[in-house]
Amino acid sequence: MGAKMAMIATLEQDQSIQRLISGTAAAGLEDVSKNYGEVCALRNVNFTVQSGQVVALLGPNGAGKTTAIKLLLGLIQPNSGKTRVFGGDPTHPQNRMRTGAMLQVGKVPETLRVHEHIDLFSSYYTNPLPLAEVLAAAGLEKLRDRKFGDLSGGQRQRTLFALAICGNPDLLFLDEPTVGLDVEARRALWEEIRRLVDRGKTVLLTTHYLEEADALADRIAVINHGRIIAEGTPAEIKSQTSGKRIRCITSLNIASVLQIPGVTTARRDREATEIHAAEAETVVRLLLARDPTLSGLEIATAGLEEAFLALTQDNSQNANRRN
Amino acid sequence: MSTATAALSDTQIDRSTSHTATIYLKEAKYEFLKNLRLRVYTASVISFPLMFYVLFGLVLNAKEMIGGTGVPTYLIATYGTFGVMGASLFGTASGLAADRGLGWLQVKRASPMPPFAYFAAKVVLSMIFSAIVVSLLLLLGISFGGVRLPLLEMAKLLATLVAGSLPFSAMGLAIGYFAGPNSAPAAINLIYLPLSFCSGLWVPYMFLPKLVRQIALALPPYHLSQLALGIVGAGRHEPAVNHWEVLLAFTLICLGVARIGFQRDQGKLYG
Repeated sequence: MGAKMAMIATLEQDQSIQRLISGTAAAGLEDVSKNYGEVCALRNVNFTVQSGQVVALLGPNGAGKTTAIKLLLGLIQPNSGKTRVFGGDPTHPQNRMRTGAMLQVGKVPETLRVHEHIDLFSSYYTNPLPLAEVLAAAGLEKLRDRKFGDLSGGQRQRTLFALAICGNPDLLFLDEPTVGLDVEARRALWEEIRRLVDRGKTVLLTTHYLEEADALADRIAVINHGRIIAEGTPAEIKSQTSGKRIRCITSLNIASVLQIPGVTTARRDREATEIHAAEAETVVRLLLARDPTLSGLEIATAGLEEAFLALTQDNSQNANRRN
Repeated sequence: MSTATAALSDTQIDRSTSHTATIYLKEAKYEFLKNLRLRVYTASVISFPLMFYVLFGLVLNAKEMIGGTGVPTYLIATYGTFGVMGASLFGTASGLAADRGLGWLQVKRASPMPPFAYFAAKVVLSMIFSAIVVSLLLLLGISFGGVRLPLLEMAKLLATLVAGSLPFSAMGLAIGYFAGPNSAPAAINLIYLPLSFCSGLWVPYMFLPKLVRQIALALPPYHLSQLALGIVGAGRHEPAVNHWEVLLAFTLICLGVARIGFQRDQGKLYG
Protein backbone atom coordinates (compact mmCIF):
# COMPACT_ATOMS: atom_id res chain seq x y z
CA MET A 1 0.00 0.00 0.00
CA GLY A 2 2.74 2.41 1.02
CA ALA A 3 4.82 1.61 -2.06
CA LYS A 4 1.85 2.14 -4.35
CA MET A 5 1.13 5.50 -2.77
CA ALA A 6 4.75 6.50 -3.06
CA MET A 7 4.71 5.56 -6.72
CA ILE A 8 1.59 7.61 -7.40
CA ALA A 9 3.11 10.53 -5.54
CA THR A 10 6.33 10.37 -7.55
CA LEU A 11 4.45 10.11 -10.83
CA GLU A 12 2.36 13.14 -9.93
CA GLN A 13 5.42 15.13 -8.98
CA ASP A 14 7.13 14.34 -12.29
CA GLN A 15 4.04 15.50 -14.12
CA SER A 16 3.92 18.58 -11.91
CA ILE A 17 7.44 19.54 -12.82
CA GLN A 18 6.60 19.05 -16.48
CA ARG A 19 3.58 21.32 -16.20
CA LEU A 20 5.61 23.89 -14.31
CA ILE A 21 8.25 23.97 -17.02
CA SER A 22 5.75 24.00 -19.87
CA GLY A 23 4.03 27.00 -18.29
CA THR A 24 0.47 25.81 -17.96
CA ALA A 25 0.82 25.99 -14.22
CA ALA A 26 -0.42 29.16 -12.58
CA ALA A 27 1.95 28.72 -9.68
CA GLY A 28 4.40 26.19 -8.34
CA LEU A 29 7.18 25.19 -6.04
CA GLU A 30 10.12 23.54 -7.72
CA ASP A 31 12.25 21.39 -5.38
CA VAL A 32 11.79 23.97 -2.63
CA SER A 33 13.21 23.74 0.86
CA LYS A 34 12.69 26.27 3.61
CA ASN A 35 14.16 26.33 7.09
CA TYR A 36 13.51 28.62 9.98
CA GLY A 37 16.75 28.21 11.87
CA GLU A 38 16.72 24.64 13.16
CA VAL A 39 13.16 23.92 12.06
CA CYS A 40 12.70 22.50 8.59
CA ALA A 41 9.37 23.78 7.33
CA LEU A 42 9.51 22.38 3.80
CA ARG A 43 11.78 19.73 2.33
CA ASN A 44 12.33 19.37 -1.41
CA VAL A 45 8.73 20.12 -2.20
CA ASN A 46 7.44 19.92 -5.76
CA PHE A 47 3.96 21.27 -6.16
CA THR A 48 1.99 22.95 -8.93
CA VAL A 49 -1.32 24.72 -9.23
CA GLN A 50 -2.90 24.33 -12.65
CA SER A 51 -4.78 27.24 -14.20
CA GLY A 52 -8.52 27.19 -13.75
CA GLN A 53 -8.45 24.67 -10.90
CA VAL A 54 -9.05 24.70 -7.21
CA VAL A 55 -6.13 23.07 -5.49
CA ALA A 56 -6.29 22.32 -1.80
CA LEU A 57 -3.19 21.95 0.30
CA LEU A 58 -4.39 19.75 3.10
CA GLY A 59 -2.47 19.04 6.24
CA PRO A 60 -2.41 19.28 10.01
CA ASN A 61 -1.22 22.41 11.78
CA GLY A 62 2.48 22.88 11.43
CA ALA A 63 2.67 20.83 8.25
CA GLY A 64 4.08 23.66 6.18
CA LYS A 65 0.93 24.92 4.43
CA THR A 66 1.30 28.56 5.42
CA THR A 67 5.01 28.46 4.59
CA ALA A 68 4.13 27.20 1.11
CA ILE A 69 1.65 30.02 0.58
CA LYS A 70 4.07 32.65 1.85
CA LEU A 71 6.71 31.37 -0.54
CA LEU A 72 4.27 31.57 -3.45
CA LEU A 73 3.33 35.09 -2.43
CA GLY A 74 6.98 36.10 -2.35
CA LEU A 75 6.78 37.07 1.31
CA ILE A 76 9.69 34.77 2.14
CA GLN A 77 12.46 33.28 0.04
CA PRO A 78 13.26 29.57 -0.17
CA ASN A 79 16.58 28.26 1.05
CA SER A 80 16.80 26.19 -2.12
CA GLY A 81 14.66 25.58 -5.17
CA LYS A 82 12.46 27.96 -7.13
CA THR A 83 9.07 29.50 -6.60
CA ARG A 84 7.04 30.44 -9.66
CA VAL A 85 3.89 32.47 -10.19
CA PHE A 86 2.67 32.81 -13.80
CA GLY A 87 6.02 31.45 -14.82
CA GLY A 88 7.92 34.22 -13.08
CA ASP A 89 9.14 35.61 -9.78
CA PRO A 90 6.39 35.93 -7.16
CA THR A 91 7.81 39.24 -5.94
CA HIS A 92 7.50 40.79 -9.37
CA PRO A 93 4.84 43.52 -9.25
CA GLN A 94 3.38 42.31 -12.57
CA ASN A 95 2.57 39.00 -10.95
CA ARG A 96 1.28 40.51 -7.74
CA MET A 97 -1.15 42.49 -9.87
CA ARG A 98 -2.78 39.22 -10.92
CA THR A 99 -2.98 37.58 -7.52
CA GLY A 100 -5.06 38.13 -4.42
CA ALA A 101 -4.37 36.73 -0.99
CA MET A 102 -6.35 35.99 2.12
CA LEU A 103 -3.97 35.30 5.00
CA GLN A 104 -4.44 34.58 8.66
CA VAL A 105 -3.96 37.94 10.33
CA GLY A 106 -3.70 38.81 13.99
CA LYS A 107 -4.78 42.40 13.72
CA VAL A 108 -6.27 44.50 10.97
CA PRO A 109 -6.52 48.31 11.35
CA GLU A 110 -9.71 48.59 13.33
CA THR A 111 -10.60 52.22 12.90
CA LEU A 112 -11.03 52.01 9.14
CA ARG A 113 -14.42 51.13 7.70
CA VAL A 114 -15.08 48.10 5.50
CA HIS A 115 -15.47 50.15 2.34
CA GLU A 116 -12.34 52.13 3.14
CA HIS A 117 -10.26 48.97 3.43
CA ILE A 118 -11.66 47.73 0.13
CA ASP A 119 -11.17 51.11 -1.53
CA LEU A 120 -7.50 51.17 -0.56
CA PHE A 121 -6.74 47.64 -1.72
CA SER A 122 -8.70 48.11 -4.93
CA SER A 123 -6.56 51.12 -5.72
CA TYR A 124 -3.47 48.90 -5.98
CA TYR A 125 -4.88 47.06 -9.00
CA THR A 126 -5.37 48.32 -12.54
CA ASN A 127 -8.81 46.75 -13.08
CA PRO A 128 -10.48 46.30 -9.74
CA LEU A 129 -14.04 45.14 -9.29
CA PRO A 130 -16.66 47.78 -8.45
CA LEU A 131 -17.19 48.17 -4.73
CA ALA A 132 -20.81 47.00 -4.89
CA GLU A 133 -19.77 43.76 -6.55
CA VAL A 134 -17.05 43.08 -3.99
CA LEU A 135 -19.44 43.74 -1.11
CA ALA A 136 -22.02 41.42 -2.65
CA ALA A 137 -19.54 38.62 -3.30
CA ALA A 138 -18.32 38.73 0.29
CA GLY A 139 -21.78 39.18 1.79
CA LEU A 140 -20.88 42.57 3.25
CA GLU A 141 -23.55 44.81 1.71
CA LYS A 142 -25.02 45.80 5.05
CA LEU A 143 -21.61 46.31 6.64
CA ARG A 144 -20.20 48.82 4.22
CA ASP A 145 -19.78 51.63 6.76
CA ARG A 146 -18.96 49.51 9.78
CA LYS A 147 -15.53 49.96 11.31
CA PHE A 148 -13.44 46.82 11.16
CA GLY A 149 -13.12 46.78 14.93
CA ASP A 150 -16.89 46.54 15.27
CA LEU A 151 -17.18 43.43 13.11
CA SER A 152 -17.72 39.89 14.38
CA GLY A 153 -15.12 37.19 13.67
CA GLY A 154 -16.99 35.84 10.69
CA GLN A 155 -17.55 39.32 9.27
CA ARG A 156 -13.85 40.05 9.59
CA GLN A 157 -13.01 36.90 7.65
CA ARG A 158 -15.40 37.97 4.92
CA THR A 159 -13.76 41.38 4.77
CA LEU A 160 -10.36 39.74 4.33
CA PHE A 161 -11.89 37.66 1.55
CA ALA A 162 -13.18 40.87 -0.04
CA LEU A 163 -9.66 42.29 0.01
CA ALA A 164 -8.39 39.17 -1.74
CA ILE A 165 -10.92 39.37 -4.59
CA CYS A 166 -11.34 43.14 -4.99
CA GLY A 167 -8.56 43.39 -7.58
CA ASN A 168 -10.23 40.79 -9.79
CA PRO A 169 -7.11 38.60 -9.67
CA ASP A 170 -6.55 35.53 -11.84
CA LEU A 171 -5.01 33.58 -8.99
CA LEU A 172 -6.31 33.50 -5.44
CA PHE A 173 -4.39 32.31 -2.41
CA LEU A 174 -6.64 31.48 0.53
CA ASP A 175 -4.96 30.44 3.78
CA GLU A 176 -7.53 28.67 5.96
CA PRO A 177 -10.35 30.83 4.59
CA THR A 178 -13.28 29.48 6.57
CA VAL A 179 -11.73 29.36 10.04
CA GLY A 180 -14.19 30.93 12.45
CA LEU A 181 -17.10 30.97 10.03
CA ASP A 182 -20.41 29.39 10.91
CA VAL A 183 -21.89 26.72 8.66
CA GLU A 184 -23.96 29.14 6.61
CA ALA A 185 -21.10 31.55 6.04
CA ARG A 186 -18.77 28.68 5.18
CA ARG A 187 -21.12 27.36 2.53
CA ALA A 188 -21.64 30.86 1.16
CA LEU A 189 -17.89 31.26 0.81
CA TRP A 190 -17.60 27.89 -0.92
CA GLU A 191 -20.33 29.03 -3.32
CA GLU A 192 -18.41 32.19 -4.02
CA ILE A 193 -15.18 30.28 -4.61
CA ARG A 194 -16.95 27.97 -7.05
CA ARG A 195 -18.35 30.98 -8.87
CA LEU A 196 -14.86 32.43 -9.17
CA VAL A 197 -13.50 29.20 -10.61
CA ASP A 198 -16.40 29.05 -13.09
CA ARG A 199 -15.21 32.42 -14.34
CA GLY A 200 -11.80 30.95 -15.01
CA LYS A 201 -9.95 31.91 -11.85
CA THR A 202 -7.42 29.67 -10.18
CA VAL A 203 -7.55 29.04 -6.46
CA LEU A 204 -5.01 27.61 -4.07
CA LEU A 205 -6.43 27.08 -0.65
CA THR A 206 -4.91 25.62 2.46
CA THR A 207 -7.07 23.95 5.00
CA HIS A 208 -7.15 21.36 7.70
CA TYR A 209 -10.89 20.80 7.16
CA LEU A 210 -11.19 17.62 5.18
CA GLU A 211 -14.77 18.35 4.25
CA GLU A 212 -13.66 21.63 2.72
CA ALA A 213 -10.95 20.03 0.60
CA ASP A 214 -13.40 17.35 -0.48
CA ALA A 215 -16.13 19.83 -1.33
CA LEU A 216 -14.05 22.39 -3.21
CA ALA A 217 -10.91 20.94 -4.64
CA ASP A 218 -10.21 19.58 -8.08
CA ARG A 219 -6.92 18.37 -6.72
CA ILE A 220 -5.70 17.79 -3.21
CA ALA A 221 -2.10 17.71 -2.06
CA VAL A 222 -1.67 16.23 1.38
CA ILE A 223 1.24 17.75 3.25
CA ASN A 224 2.79 16.72 6.54
CA HIS A 225 6.10 17.51 8.19
CA GLY A 226 7.14 19.63 5.26
CA ARG A 227 6.62 17.03 2.56
CA ILE A 228 3.84 16.36 0.08
CA ILE A 229 2.86 12.84 0.95
CA ALA A 230 0.02 12.37 -1.52
CA GLU A 231 -1.44 14.22 -4.44
CA GLY A 232 -4.50 13.61 -6.61
CA THR A 233 -8.19 14.17 -7.04
CA PRO A 234 -10.32 13.75 -3.92
CA ALA A 235 -11.50 10.40 -5.28
CA GLU A 236 -7.92 9.22 -5.86
CA ILE A 237 -6.88 10.18 -2.36
CA LYS A 238 -9.92 8.51 -0.86
CA SER A 239 -9.32 5.36 -2.86
CA GLN A 240 -5.95 4.96 -1.18
CA THR A 241 -7.72 3.82 1.92
CA SER A 242 -10.07 1.03 1.02
CA GLY A 243 -12.86 -0.37 3.08
CA LYS A 244 -16.15 0.66 4.52
CA ARG A 245 -17.25 2.30 7.69
CA ILE A 246 -20.21 0.70 9.47
CA ARG A 247 -22.01 2.44 12.29
CA CYS A 248 -24.81 0.97 14.37
CA ILE A 249 -26.35 0.83 17.82
CA THR A 250 -25.93 -2.72 18.99
CA SER A 251 -26.10 -4.66 22.21
CA LEU A 252 -23.02 -6.66 21.18
CA ASN A 253 -19.88 -5.68 23.04
CA ILE A 254 -16.66 -4.76 21.26
CA ALA A 255 -15.04 -8.11 21.91
CA SER A 256 -17.88 -9.94 20.18
CA VAL A 257 -17.87 -7.51 17.28
CA LEU A 258 -14.15 -7.98 16.75
CA GLN A 259 -14.72 -11.71 16.45
CA ILE A 260 -16.89 -11.24 13.36
CA PRO A 261 -14.81 -12.23 10.31
CA GLY A 262 -13.93 -9.28 8.10
CA VAL A 263 -13.89 -6.67 10.87
CA THR A 264 -10.58 -4.79 11.01
CA THR A 265 -11.33 -2.36 13.85
CA ALA A 266 -14.20 -1.58 16.16
CA ARG A 267 -14.71 1.09 18.77
CA ARG A 268 -17.45 2.66 20.83
CA ASP A 269 -18.57 6.17 20.03
CA ARG A 270 -20.98 7.15 22.83
CA GLU A 271 -24.07 5.01 22.28
CA ALA A 272 -22.99 3.70 18.87
CA THR A 273 -20.36 1.26 17.67
CA GLU A 274 -18.09 2.17 14.77
CA ILE A 275 -16.68 -0.68 12.73
CA HIS A 276 -14.21 -0.80 9.85
CA ALA A 277 -14.28 -3.68 7.46
CA ALA A 278 -12.85 -4.44 4.05
CA GLU A 279 -16.26 -5.52 2.83
CA ALA A 280 -19.51 -4.32 4.38
CA GLU A 281 -22.08 -6.87 3.29
CA THR A 282 -20.81 -10.01 5.08
CA VAL A 283 -20.19 -8.11 8.31
CA VAL A 284 -23.61 -6.48 8.29
CA ARG A 285 -25.32 -9.82 7.58
CA LEU A 286 -23.57 -11.40 10.56
CA LEU A 287 -24.29 -8.39 12.81
CA LEU A 288 -27.99 -8.48 11.99
CA ALA A 289 -28.03 -12.25 12.58
CA ARG A 290 -26.32 -11.99 15.95
CA ASP A 291 -28.27 -8.98 17.17
CA PRO A 292 -31.90 -8.74 16.06
CA THR A 293 -32.28 -5.52 18.12
CA LEU A 294 -29.63 -3.69 16.07
CA SER A 295 -30.66 -0.17 15.01
CA GLY A 296 -29.29 3.06 13.52
CA LEU A 297 -27.36 1.24 10.82
CA GLU A 298 -25.16 3.44 8.58
CA ILE A 299 -22.74 2.26 5.94
CA ALA A 300 -20.28 4.64 4.26
CA THR A 301 -17.11 4.52 2.21
CA ALA A 302 -14.11 5.12 4.39
CA GLY A 303 -13.77 8.76 3.48
CA LEU A 304 -11.14 11.39 3.21
CA GLU A 305 -10.77 11.45 6.96
CA GLU A 306 -9.60 7.87 7.10
CA ALA A 307 -7.29 8.35 4.14
CA PHE A 308 -5.88 11.47 5.67
CA LEU A 309 -5.34 9.93 9.08
CA ALA A 310 -3.78 6.86 7.55
CA LEU A 311 -1.46 8.94 5.41
CA THR A 312 -0.40 11.34 8.13
CA GLN A 313 -0.02 8.72 10.83
CA ASP A 314 2.14 6.63 8.52
CA ASN A 315 4.12 9.72 7.65
CA SER A 316 4.49 10.82 11.28
CA GLN A 317 5.81 7.42 12.26
CA ASN A 318 8.32 7.56 9.43
CA ALA A 319 9.28 11.09 10.37
CA ASN A 320 9.82 10.10 13.98
CA ARG A 321 11.87 7.09 12.98
CA ARG A 322 14.02 9.29 10.79
CA ASN A 323 14.60 11.76 13.61
CA MET B 1 19.02 41.80 -2.94
CA SER B 2 17.56 41.75 -6.41
CA THR B 3 14.10 40.61 -5.37
CA ALA B 4 13.85 43.44 -2.86
CA THR B 5 14.71 46.02 -5.49
CA ALA B 6 12.33 44.41 -7.96
CA ALA B 7 9.54 44.77 -5.44
CA LEU B 8 10.48 48.37 -4.72
CA SER B 9 10.44 49.51 -8.32
CA ASP B 10 7.08 49.90 -9.91
CA THR B 11 8.31 51.08 -13.25
CA GLN B 12 7.83 47.55 -14.55
CA ILE B 13 4.07 47.52 -14.16
CA ASP B 14 1.29 48.83 -16.28
CA ARG B 15 0.25 51.44 -13.77
CA SER B 16 0.22 54.97 -15.10
CA THR B 17 1.90 57.71 -13.09
CA SER B 18 -1.47 59.15 -12.12
CA HIS B 19 -2.59 55.74 -10.91
CA THR B 20 0.53 55.43 -8.77
CA ALA B 21 0.00 58.94 -7.44
CA THR B 22 -3.55 57.97 -6.51
CA ILE B 23 -2.25 55.00 -4.57
CA TYR B 24 0.18 57.18 -2.61
CA LEU B 25 -2.58 59.69 -1.86
CA LYS B 26 -5.03 57.03 -0.73
CA GLU B 27 -2.44 55.28 1.38
CA ALA B 28 -1.65 58.58 3.10
CA LYS B 29 -5.33 59.51 3.43
CA TYR B 30 -6.29 56.26 5.10
CA GLU B 31 -3.19 56.26 7.29
CA PHE B 32 -4.25 59.69 8.50
CA LEU B 33 -7.90 58.72 9.06
CA LYS B 34 -6.88 55.53 10.78
CA ASN B 35 -4.71 57.34 13.31
CA LEU B 36 -7.01 60.32 13.69
CA ARG B 37 -9.77 57.97 14.80
CA LEU B 38 -7.41 56.26 17.23
CA ARG B 39 -8.07 58.26 20.33
CA VAL B 40 -4.94 56.93 21.98
CA TYR B 41 -2.75 58.33 19.24
CA THR B 42 -4.47 61.67 18.84
CA ALA B 43 -4.71 62.27 22.56
CA SER B 44 -1.14 61.43 23.47
CA VAL B 45 0.52 63.02 20.48
CA ILE B 46 -1.39 66.28 20.70
CA SER B 47 -2.52 66.54 24.28
CA PHE B 48 0.73 65.89 26.10
CA PRO B 49 2.82 68.63 24.54
CA LEU B 50 -0.10 71.05 24.88
CA MET B 51 -0.72 70.11 28.48
CA PHE B 52 2.92 70.56 29.43
CA TYR B 53 3.05 73.86 27.60
CA VAL B 54 -0.05 75.17 29.32
CA LEU B 55 1.24 74.10 32.71
CA PHE B 56 4.86 75.17 32.48
CA GLY B 57 4.55 77.98 30.00
CA LEU B 58 1.22 79.63 30.63
CA VAL B 59 0.15 78.83 34.17
CA LEU B 60 3.53 78.77 35.89
CA ASN B 61 6.48 80.89 34.85
CA ALA B 62 4.43 82.85 32.34
CA LYS B 63 6.17 86.09 33.15
CA GLU B 64 9.68 84.66 33.50
CA MET B 65 12.52 85.00 31.05
CA ILE B 66 15.08 82.48 29.93
CA GLY B 67 18.20 84.29 28.83
CA GLY B 68 16.32 87.15 27.21
CA THR B 69 13.40 85.23 25.76
CA GLY B 70 10.02 84.98 27.41
CA VAL B 71 9.18 81.54 28.77
CA PRO B 72 6.02 81.09 26.68
CA THR B 73 8.03 81.77 23.52
CA TYR B 74 10.97 79.63 24.58
CA LEU B 75 8.80 76.67 25.41
CA ILE B 76 7.03 76.72 22.05
CA ALA B 77 10.35 75.77 20.50
CA THR B 78 11.17 73.06 23.01
CA TYR B 79 7.72 71.56 23.42
CA GLY B 80 7.29 71.91 19.70
CA THR B 81 10.33 69.68 19.27
CA PHE B 82 8.96 67.33 21.90
CA GLY B 83 5.62 67.16 20.14
CA VAL B 84 7.13 66.61 16.71
CA MET B 85 9.31 63.83 18.06
CA GLY B 86 6.36 62.14 19.70
CA ALA B 87 4.13 62.45 16.63
CA SER B 88 6.83 60.91 14.47
CA LEU B 89 7.88 58.11 16.78
CA PHE B 90 4.36 57.03 17.62
CA GLY B 91 3.16 57.58 14.10
CA THR B 92 5.72 55.24 12.61
CA ALA B 93 7.14 52.83 15.18
CA SER B 94 4.08 51.49 16.96
CA GLY B 95 2.06 51.11 13.76
CA LEU B 96 4.92 49.39 11.97
CA ALA B 97 5.68 47.04 14.87
CA ALA B 98 2.01 46.07 15.14
CA ASP B 99 1.56 45.62 11.39
CA ARG B 100 4.66 43.44 11.20
CA GLY B 101 4.06 41.35 14.27
CA LEU B 102 0.41 40.66 13.67
CA GLY B 103 0.53 39.84 9.99
CA TRP B 104 -1.13 42.89 8.46
CA LEU B 105 2.03 44.10 6.76
CA GLN B 106 2.33 40.71 5.08
CA VAL B 107 -1.14 41.09 3.62
CA LYS B 108 -0.14 44.45 2.21
CA ARG B 109 3.19 43.16 0.95
CA ALA B 110 1.44 40.28 -0.82
CA SER B 111 -0.66 42.82 -2.69
CA PRO B 112 0.58 45.00 -5.58
CA MET B 113 0.95 47.95 -3.21
CA PRO B 114 4.21 49.75 -3.93
CA PRO B 115 6.10 49.13 -0.67
CA PHE B 116 7.36 52.68 -0.57
CA ALA B 117 3.78 54.00 -0.39
CA TYR B 118 3.36 52.34 2.99
CA PHE B 119 6.35 54.14 4.46
CA ALA B 120 5.61 57.40 2.72
CA ALA B 121 2.12 57.40 4.22
CA LYS B 122 3.54 57.02 7.71
CA VAL B 123 6.02 59.82 7.17
CA VAL B 124 3.30 62.10 5.81
CA LEU B 125 1.11 61.23 8.80
CA SER B 126 3.93 62.25 11.15
CA MET B 127 4.43 65.50 9.30
CA ILE B 128 0.73 66.38 9.39
CA PHE B 129 0.43 65.73 13.09
CA SER B 130 3.67 67.58 13.72
CA ALA B 131 2.22 70.57 11.92
CA ILE B 132 -0.95 70.32 13.99
CA VAL B 133 0.93 70.23 17.29
CA VAL B 134 3.17 73.15 16.45
CA SER B 135 0.26 75.22 15.15
CA LEU B 136 -1.74 74.59 18.31
CA LEU B 137 1.23 75.53 20.47
CA LEU B 138 1.63 78.77 18.55
CA LEU B 139 -2.09 79.44 18.91
CA LEU B 140 -1.99 78.90 22.65
CA GLY B 141 1.13 80.98 23.04
CA ILE B 142 -0.22 83.90 21.08
CA SER B 143 -3.65 83.78 22.66
CA PHE B 144 -2.69 83.26 26.27
CA GLY B 145 1.04 83.72 26.64
CA GLY B 146 1.65 87.02 25.03
CA VAL B 147 3.88 85.45 22.40
CA ARG B 148 4.65 87.88 19.60
CA LEU B 149 6.40 86.50 16.56
CA PRO B 150 6.53 87.93 13.06
CA LEU B 151 4.55 85.88 10.55
CA LEU B 152 7.71 84.93 8.70
CA GLU B 153 9.30 83.61 11.86
CA MET B 154 6.22 81.58 12.66
CA ALA B 155 6.25 80.08 9.18
CA LYS B 156 9.96 79.29 9.51
CA LEU B 157 9.38 77.66 12.87
CA LEU B 158 6.57 75.51 11.50
CA ALA B 159 8.58 74.52 8.44
CA THR B 160 11.69 73.71 10.48
CA LEU B 161 9.88 71.59 12.99
CA VAL B 162 7.86 69.75 10.35
CA ALA B 163 11.06 69.06 8.40
CA GLY B 164 12.55 67.99 11.70
CA SER B 165 9.94 65.28 11.97
CA LEU B 166 11.75 63.34 9.24
CA PRO B 167 14.75 62.21 11.33
CA PHE B 168 12.37 60.98 13.99
CA SER B 169 10.16 59.22 11.46
CA ALA B 170 13.31 57.44 10.30
CA MET B 171 14.08 56.61 13.90
CA GLY B 172 10.55 55.32 14.31
CA LEU B 173 10.96 53.03 11.31
CA ALA B 174 14.18 51.67 12.76
CA ILE B 175 12.52 51.00 16.11
CA GLY B 176 9.42 49.58 14.45
CA TYR B 177 11.45 47.00 12.58
CA PHE B 178 13.00 45.65 15.74
CA ALA B 179 10.28 46.01 18.35
CA GLY B 180 7.53 43.51 18.99
CA PRO B 181 3.89 44.52 18.52
CA ASN B 182 3.09 44.71 22.22
CA SER B 183 6.37 46.04 23.49
CA ALA B 184 6.69 48.81 20.93
CA PRO B 185 4.91 51.60 22.85
CA ALA B 186 6.96 50.87 25.96
CA ALA B 187 10.17 50.71 23.94
CA ILE B 188 9.33 54.03 22.32
CA ASN B 189 8.71 55.70 25.66
CA LEU B 190 11.91 54.30 27.11
CA ILE B 191 13.81 56.07 24.37
CA TYR B 192 11.61 59.11 23.83
CA LEU B 193 11.33 60.40 27.37
CA PRO B 194 14.97 60.26 28.50
CA LEU B 195 16.05 61.60 25.13
CA SER B 196 13.69 64.54 25.53
CA PHE B 197 14.87 65.35 29.02
CA CYS B 198 18.56 65.12 28.18
CA SER B 199 18.11 67.32 25.11
CA GLY B 200 16.73 70.17 27.17
CA LEU B 201 13.17 69.87 25.93
CA TRP B 202 11.66 70.05 29.41
CA VAL B 203 14.18 71.67 31.64
CA PRO B 204 15.82 74.31 29.44
CA TYR B 205 19.32 73.45 28.30
CA MET B 206 21.13 76.01 30.36
CA PHE B 207 19.64 74.64 33.58
CA LEU B 208 20.71 71.07 32.95
CA PRO B 209 23.62 69.54 34.89
CA LYS B 210 26.99 69.91 33.17
CA LEU B 211 27.32 66.23 32.27
CA VAL B 212 23.86 66.15 30.73
CA ARG B 213 24.62 69.31 28.75
CA GLN B 214 27.59 67.54 27.24
CA ILE B 215 25.57 64.45 26.41
CA ALA B 216 22.94 66.64 24.77
CA LEU B 217 25.39 67.72 22.10
CA ALA B 218 25.18 64.22 20.66
CA LEU B 219 21.40 64.00 20.75
CA PRO B 220 19.27 64.74 17.68
CA PRO B 221 16.39 66.36 19.61
CA TYR B 222 18.87 68.86 21.08
CA HIS B 223 19.87 69.88 17.60
CA LEU B 224 16.34 70.26 16.36
CA SER B 225 15.34 72.26 19.41
CA GLN B 226 18.36 74.53 18.89
CA LEU B 227 17.23 75.20 15.34
CA ALA B 228 13.76 76.05 16.60
CA LEU B 229 15.12 78.20 19.42
CA GLY B 230 17.32 80.02 16.97
CA ILE B 231 14.25 81.06 15.02
CA VAL B 232 12.47 82.45 18.07
CA GLY B 233 15.61 84.29 19.08
CA ALA B 234 16.72 82.11 21.96
CA GLY B 235 19.41 80.04 20.31
CA ARG B 236 23.05 79.66 21.29
CA HIS B 237 24.22 81.34 18.09
CA GLU B 238 25.60 78.21 16.53
CA PRO B 239 25.49 77.92 12.75
CA ALA B 240 22.27 76.21 11.70
CA VAL B 241 24.07 74.06 9.20
CA ASN B 242 25.84 72.10 11.95
CA HIS B 243 22.52 71.10 13.43
CA TRP B 244 21.09 70.08 10.07
CA GLU B 245 24.18 67.97 9.41
CA VAL B 246 23.71 66.05 12.63
CA LEU B 247 20.04 65.50 11.86
CA LEU B 248 20.81 64.35 8.33
CA ALA B 249 23.47 61.89 9.50
CA PHE B 250 21.08 60.59 12.12
CA THR B 251 18.35 60.13 9.51
CA LEU B 252 20.66 58.17 7.25
CA ILE B 253 21.81 55.91 10.06
CA CYS B 254 18.21 55.19 11.07
CA LEU B 255 17.19 54.47 7.51
CA GLY B 256 20.11 52.07 7.26
CA VAL B 257 18.97 50.26 10.37
CA ALA B 258 15.41 50.18 9.07
CA ARG B 259 16.62 48.71 5.81
CA ILE B 260 18.39 45.91 7.67
CA GLY B 261 15.12 45.20 9.42
CA PHE B 262 13.29 45.27 6.10
CA GLN B 263 15.66 42.67 4.61
CA ARG B 264 15.55 40.54 7.73
CA ASP B 265 11.78 40.34 7.54
CA GLN B 266 12.07 38.04 4.55
CA GLY B 267 13.06 35.17 6.78
CA LYS B 268 11.02 36.04 9.83
CA LEU B 269 8.95 33.30 11.42
CA TYR B 270 6.10 35.12 13.09
CA GLY B 271 3.45 37.28 11.47
